[in-house]
Amino acid sequence: MRLLLVISDFIIPVTVLFIVCFGCLKKVKIYETFLEGAKDGLKTVVEILPTLIGLIVAVEVFRSGGLLDILTNFIRPLAQRVGFPAELAPLSLIRLVSSSAATGLLLDIFRNFGPDSFLGRVSSVMMSCTETVFYTMSLYFLSVGIRKTRYTLPCALLANFAGVIAAVLLVGMAFGK
Amino acid sequence: MLDAIWGFFIIGGILTGAALGRMDMVTAAVISGGKSAVELAITMGGVVAMWSGVLKIAEKGGMIDSLSVKLTPAMDFLFPSVPRNHKARQYIAANFAANFLGLGWAATPAGLMAMKELQKLNKEKECATGAMCMFLTINMSSLQLVTVNILAYRTEFGSQAPAEIVGVGIVATLITTLVGMLAAKIMDKVG
Repeated sequence: MRLLLVISDFIIPVTVLFIVCFGCLKKVKIYETFLEGAKDGLKTVVEILPTLIGLIVAVEVFRSGGLLDILTNFIRPLAQRVGFPAELAPLSLIRLVSSSAATGLLLDIFRNFGPDSFLGRVSSVMMSCTETVFYTMSLYFLSVGIRKTRYTLPCALLANFAGVIAAVLLVGMAFGK
Repeated sequence: MLDAIWGFFIIGGILTGAALGRMDMVTAAVISGGKSAVELAITMGGVVAMWSGVLKIAEKGGMIDSLSVKLTPAMDFLFPSVPRNHKARQYIAANFAANFLGLGWAATPAGLMAMKELQKLNKEKECATGAMCMFLTINMSSLQLVTVNILAYRTEFGSQAPAEIVGVGIVATLITTLVGMLAAKIMDKVG
């Protein structure tokens, strides 16, 4: 555990160090090149700002209006019927939409059941193997003006669904219920 | 598709808000949503610019090129329509590497550049190519091996062994990525 946290403190600075040293060795004009890249990066952020505004407003409206609660309440009994822990239904749904809202739910689960409970462990694994699909997909596609996303959404949802199932089964196998 | 999802979020959200008498909260959401997006963009601007700069050094030094060459067999399998020496392959490789290491926003600039390069190979500019679908499906299947935030939260809430879920987490991440990859591959063949 300690080792992992130490590694995570090291990973960003060491990556930067590694790349900059590598650049020096290859005789790249490092600072000039850095500025060139940084300028492109800023341009990118300005270009995607309208997309971000649209996305975040939509997600906030969706959450605050109560539609998300209705959907999770609808899924809860269905989940229970197939033997899926009902407490995790909201998390698996919200995770697709908003990372910060999902973190809030994760912490609620930790608070109510403890991080070392079955639910605590499953939700930890679920958070590590799933992504905010709605946000990522919109950001990347809209940045280049794609409107027809074809089979991307079903494939991504399937992958995330597999992750949720895998989390429940694997934690059950590894630690018991 | 994106129009449909966005419309569903906005229209559905406002109508439910009206039905449940939560219009005050919806109003607040409209205003604060725009504000938090701009705040996010400001924070993101610094980080993304920094990583784009570093990435450019790696690119000019030939590091990303050699990374994508090393990944050639995997790239040939996943993105057969992208030529071997094409820039899209380099940015995809950089995006996967950054995601893998959990560098978070370092992955975003490389990912957006990969999309730009893939778009150059696209004949129908409004319609996603098979390579784009594959790239995003893998990207959204979560590649990060160890999510340090989760470990930190577990520690904070008094877990006896915060890192005990790492092994299971890695297996679950591999499963999601494999499932996504296979699904996209099958859809590409079928469609």
